[in-house]
Amino acid sequence: MATNIKNISLSGRKKDVSNKDMTFMERIYLPAIAKGMGITLRHFFKPKVTIHYPEQKREFSPVFRGRHILMRDENGAERCTACGLCALSCPAEAITMTSAERKKGEENLYREEKYASVYEINMLRCIFCGLCEEACPKEAIFLTEDLVAPDYQREGFIYGKDKLVMPLEDKPVNIK
Amino acid sequence: MESAFFIEKGVLILAVFAITMLIALYSTFAERKIAAFFQDRVGPNRAGPGGFLQPLADGVKMFTKEDFTPDTPNKFLFILGPGLFMTTALVTSAVIPWGDTISLFGREIRLQIADINVALLFVFGVVSIGVYGIMIGGWASNNKYSLLGAVRASSQMISYEIAMGLSIIAVLMMTGTLSLREISIQQHGFIDWNSHWLSWNVFKQPLAFLIFLICAFAETNRTPFDLPECESELIGGYHTEYSSMKLGFYLFAEYINMFISSAIISVLFFGGFNYPGMNLVNETLGTNIMALLGVVALFGKIFFFIFFYMWVRWTLPRFRYDQLMNLGWKVLIPLAIANIVVTGAVILLWK
Repeated sequence: MATNIKNISLSGRKKDVSNKDMTFMERIYLPAIAKGMGITLRHFFKPKVTIHYPEQKREFSPVFRGRHILMRDENGAERCTACGLCALSCPAEAITMTSAERKKGEENLYREEKYASVYEINMLRCIFCGLCEEACPKEAIFLTEDLVAPDYQREGFIYGKDKLVMPLEDKPVNIK
Repeated sequence: MESAFFIEKGVLILAVFAITMLIALYSTFAERKIAAFFQDRVGPNRAGPGGFLQPLADGVKMFTKEDFTPDTPNKFLFILGPGLFMTTALVTSAVIPWGDTISLFGREIRLQIADINVALLFVFGVVSIGVYGIMIGGWASNNKYSLLGAVRASSQMISYEIAMGLSIIAVLMMTGTLSLREISIQQHGFIDWNSHWLSWNVFKQPLAFLIFLICAFAETNRTPFDLPECESELIGGYHTEYSSMKLGFYLFAEYINMFISSAIISVLFFGGFNYPGMNLVNETLGTNIMALLGVVALFGKIFFFIFFYMWVRWTLPRFRYDQLMNLGWKVLIPLAIANIVVTGAVILLWK
């Protein structure tokens, strides 16, 4: 017989549907019920896949992109020079900043002569694409593995420098 | 003498009431936990250690919800409905023999509130009054969907009561008594040495047990017969208009019904407070220990059946309404009648 469309089974699991009457064993249903209950009982003793969230956390992928951080250098000075490339590259227009000139005596605070006096990221707009991280010429902004904390007010999601800049005690150690 | 009698019965009533309530309360928790385990989840585990205070949290939630009363001309009936359902669920526990006789303070105390000789009839009578709770509630809601739900529920319960009663008759023909206590005592131990056969009724009347079990599922409105409620299809059946603790009563009464029907199944078919090797315990450790172990055995059986109820609920899908009626009228009732005929013939032949 030539290959008919009816004989082809791409998955190899083709089954012909028939309308045959059920046998007596099938009609009393009880064996089927017992079988089903066996299956559910097996699940009863299976290890549970639930991750107990606040105590346990799901492992993030190494390339996970979360909340931003503004880096400091080995001396604890902010690396950002307020060039604005991150704001320019941001597809969601989530970043705004105001630049200022470094005064004398502030060399330990800011690495470059120009710095961001205001640096704000709107976390509701941010899509965590990481383009700011890629655009930054000073390696000043990074996306961490932390999550953005929930809040009741929209204002709370506009992160200023108080929330973005890396804490001083976390500054990177000079490896030489 | 008289006052001692009242104290004895009072303590028993309070204890049975408290235990029934406690078990029903924790059945709700067990249901959620067991459902979760069957679905590879962990279930509620936040309130208290291991989620053990979850029922209390649920209760507080139920009580503090707005108690809404619909615009109905039957306010009294609206309140009466859940109360009646709850009462009928609780009253049945009076005739169940929770244990054998223990002797305490020089008195022989039977661990049963009322040993009436028509206990089984009493159970059936009270269970059929339970339909009124649903019907009155649905009727007084002044809502046609509630009424439809109530009609569905009551027609289901009445249909399955017939098959349930018929399945029991075969057992009664063998036991020759309606007293649950005597039925328990007849199933003494585990092996009947006189007839060299297992003494529990389930081994003598397996078909009656099966029919009774199916009907008990239908009577308590549990899956696969939970059409009165039908969370996913109907808008809640007969208790659509109920809220707060009135709804809580309906839901809670379902768990009490489950507990009581598990107890009745255990007493009728699984030997009640009897357990293998009870004669040995009686000889070595005394009658009181034997009776107390019997109570433990009975509760073990009850807990197994409560678990079985939940196990079935999270395994089987719900019946369609015509399937339900077909099963009840065309399968279970003829089977029960055939069982009666066969039992009668066998009893006659043995004589």
